This record gives sequence, C-alpha cells and structure tokens, in this order.
Amino acid sequence: MSNYSKSQSIREGIWSLIVGLKITAKNFLKPTITVHYPRETVPTDKLEGYRGHIELVPKPKDPFTPKCIMCNLCATVCPSGCIKLVTVKEPIEEKSKSGTNTQEDKKTAKKKFKKKLVAFELNYNYCSLCGLCVQNCSVKSLRFSKDIYLAGYSKEEFEYDLLARLRAKAKVKSAKELPQKNSEG
Amino acid sequence: MISLAQIPIPLIKIVVGLLGILIFIGLNGLACVYLERKVAGHIQRRPGPFEVGPHGILQPIADAVKLVAKQMITPKGADPILYWSAPIISFAPAIVCFLPLPFGPSLQNISINIGLIMVLAFSSLNVLALCLGGWSSQNKWSLLGAARDIAQSVAYEIPLLLSMLPIVLLTGSLNLADITAYQGAWPWQWLVVKQPLAFIIFFVCIFAETNRAPFDLPEAESELTAGFHTEYAGMGFGLFFLAEYSYMVVGCALATILFLGGYQGPVAPGWWWFLIKVYGLLMVMIWVRWSFPRVRFDQLLNLTWKWFTPLILINILITALVVKLI
Repeated sequence: MSNYSKSQSIREGIWSLIVGLKITAKNFLKPTITVHYPRETVPTDKLEGYRGHIELVPKPKDPFTPKCIMCNLCATVCPSGCIKLVTVKEPIEEKSKSGTNTQEDKKTAKKKFKKKLVAFELNYNYCSLCGLCVQNCSVKSLRFSKDIYLAGYSKEEFEYDLLARLRAKAKVKSAKELPQKNSEG
Repeated sequence: MISLAQIPIPLIKIVVGLLGILIFIGLNGLACVYLERKVAGHIQRRPGPFEVGPHGILQPIADAVKLVAKQMITPKGADPILYWSAPIISFAPAIVCFLPLPFGPSLQNISINIGLIMVLAFSSLNVLALCLGGWSSQNKWSLLGAARDIAQSVAYEIPLLLSMLPIVLLTGSLNLADITAYQGAWPWQWLVVKQPLAFIIFFVCIFAETNRAPFDLPEAESELTAGFHTEYAGMGFGLFFLAEYSYMVVGCALATILFLGGYQGPVAPGWWWFLIKVYGLLMVMIWVRWSFPRVRFDQLLNLTWKWFTPLILINILITALVVKLI
C-alpha cells in the first residue's frame, strides 16, 4: 500500500466515524416512532406492511360470502398443514322449486351438486406466516389480516374459523352502515 | 472515653469525604443508568424506560432494589474467596480514585502532590479484579473475558499514561488542584487548546480503560454472553456495574481537570462547572457507545501501538522542547 492511499484510507476512516456520530445524533433528536402499548395502539391505517394471520376476502357485492372456490390449494400448499376446509355437497334444487316435478328433472337434480363452504379452519398455532397460501390462491380469496394485538391464554384460542370470522365482521359492518343509510335517506 | 475534640481533624475530614464520595457514587450510578438507557432509547427512536415513575425516572431505583434482593449464587467449582473478592477489589479502588479530585476550589478531599499518579494506580487495579473474577468463575466465557481484559490493558495503558505527560510537562505538577489552577476560566485558556492530540488520545484510551463500547471486548455480550461477569448475580454484578460507572466518572473527571479547566468556568467558577463538564463528556461516551460497533482485538492493538504510542511520543518530544526553549 502506497503512502498516499494509506493516508487516504485513514482520512476516510476518521470521516466515517464522524458520519456515524452524525446519524445517531440526528435520530436522537427526532421523535420516537414506537407507541406506549397499553395506553396507545397503532392506528389501522399505519399497518400497511403488517402481516397478521390470513383472512378470507369477501365477494365485492356480498360481504357475507368469500370469493373462495374451495379448490383446496391453500390447504395442500401449506407447509405446516394448518388450513382445513370443511365443505358439504348440496344438491341444486332450482328445478324442484319451480313446482314441475317431471322425471327428467329429478334425474338432473340428483346428478348436480354444489360444494358449499361450511368452515375455513385455520390453526394459527402452527402457522409460520410464510404466505404461500396467499400467493397461491387462484381467486385471491386470501389476504393477511391486520389483527396486531393478539393474545390468549390457551392454544385453543388460536384455532380460528375464518368463515365465521368473515361473517361476524360483515355483520358488524352492516350494522354500522345501516343506521347511517337510514339517516341519509 | 474519647471526646470529640480528641479526634484529629484530618480523620474527620476523610470520613466525611468518604461518605460524600459513597453517596456521590450511588447517585451517579442511578443517574448514569437512567441517562444511558434514555439516550440509547432515543438514539434508536424509542422512549426508553417509561413505566416506573414519570418518564421512568424511578426505574434505576427499582433495578437497584431488584439487584440487592437477588440471591448471590456461587457457581459449582468456583473458588469462593477469589470469586467474591473480585467485585470488592473492583469497587473499592474506585472510591480512592475520587479522593484527590478537586470538584471545586475548596472541594478537594485530600490535596496530595501525586494526585494524578494515585488516581492512575488505583484505577488500574480494576484489571486485577476483572482477571480474578473471570478466572475464578470456572466458565469459559468468563475466562476469555478476563484474558481479553489483560490483553486490552496492555494495549491502552501505555498511551493513556503517555498522553498525560505533556500536561505534566506544561504545568510542572502532579497535583490535580495545581493543574486546574494553571488553566484559565475561558475555553481558549484550557489545555485542550495546547494539547488537542493528547486530549483525543486520552479520551479514546478512557473508553478502553472503562471497558466501554467500542472497546468493550471483555464484556462483549454478543460473543461472550457477559464476559468476566457472566456468573455474577445480585450485588456481585451490582458492584462491577457501580465500579464501571464510577471509573467512567473518574475518567471524565480526569479529562476535565487535565484538559478542560476543571472547575473553572467563564462565570462563577465552582463545582457546577466541573459537573457540567464531566456529565457532558459522559454524554459523549454514551453517544459513542450507541454509534459504533465493537472493534476486533487486532484493531485495538493496531490503533494503540501503531498509532497512539508513536503519535503521543512525538507530541511529548515537541512539548518538552517547547517547554525547555521558552
């Protein structure tokens, strides 16, 4: 190493120390960014990047039913195996409703079934929040929730039924919106 | 029965002084813990201790109560005599170090003409305590911490001692009160203006002396859990902790006396100026701790032996020549 480059590296080293001190001094004078948790909570609009447990996305027009098509891809891809879809097969009874019970109608009614989502079970205890289910959902029916202050006393409290959760949330939301609409009308 | 008049006055002076020093060390420990944690918090954009008392001001007291109440455990296989003498050896010399420091014009416990040497001699005893504690713990982390501490003392002691020589050459005294009196009230009359290099080297060596980041190699919590005091619980650890903060104050007080004019100030000289300067330097030490990463061992040795020692020797030579010629 030549003398020139050596002296230059020393100068750079000393300058880097001053830069480091400057950075900490600047941050020292800035306001704090953490919140005093039990008294303050983070407002939901500041949780953009937060990844809570997954939740179901409702259909745009019907907040009570999820977009989910019950393809079971999320349950298959989950490395921890914490997703379980409970479905039932319901016969389609559109024709029988019309009142004309012909022989042909009965045959088709027996053949046609529709899958119905009864429960979307998530065992959050084993979830590692890898996000594979969210990435792989073919109809974008899964997303990360913003539930940040989760705490419980037992494991069972973290076994969720996401469908029931979606419906409960939609109910609360509609209950809130209805009186507003009434007052507007 | 001995009447009060029979007790010699110097003895009363020393007892009162020692009591004052112990109170100062205790309060200083509390203040420093709070200051350190608050500064660390705000540098990292968080509030620091906040729950105990308004703005967490009572947190150090809660910590102290916890430390005192904790059980003192001697690890299996440890040498109990060495193990328990180490924290005492670490803490006791710290008290002596405060004796010759002139806090104010008339606030000096004992005025002796070798004050500087006395402070240096007793502050280097800390190395022995750390060595004993690390060795007797029967724990590899502690032992590594102790070994590092010895090696570190070899690195920093010589430039630390040499960096004070120019001041002694200029003032012609080892009495700390005389050194303070040599300097004037205004900042340009302080010795830091005449000896800026010595001041920087002295201050950096103080970091190594007090085992503070970036030279906290004997503790190195990310590598050695807690280094030499890994096994200590309760007040064993508490004494090491108090000693560390006391040595920080001693170091900053020496820097203040030697380079920053001691208790002298532009308006109304007194102990308040001394404390303002000491705690200003302490703030810088805390600031540096939360800014820089820990250096590697060879980097510390390179810095002290390849840079500081030659530089300070040249500095001494020039100072000696100037003193002799003028």
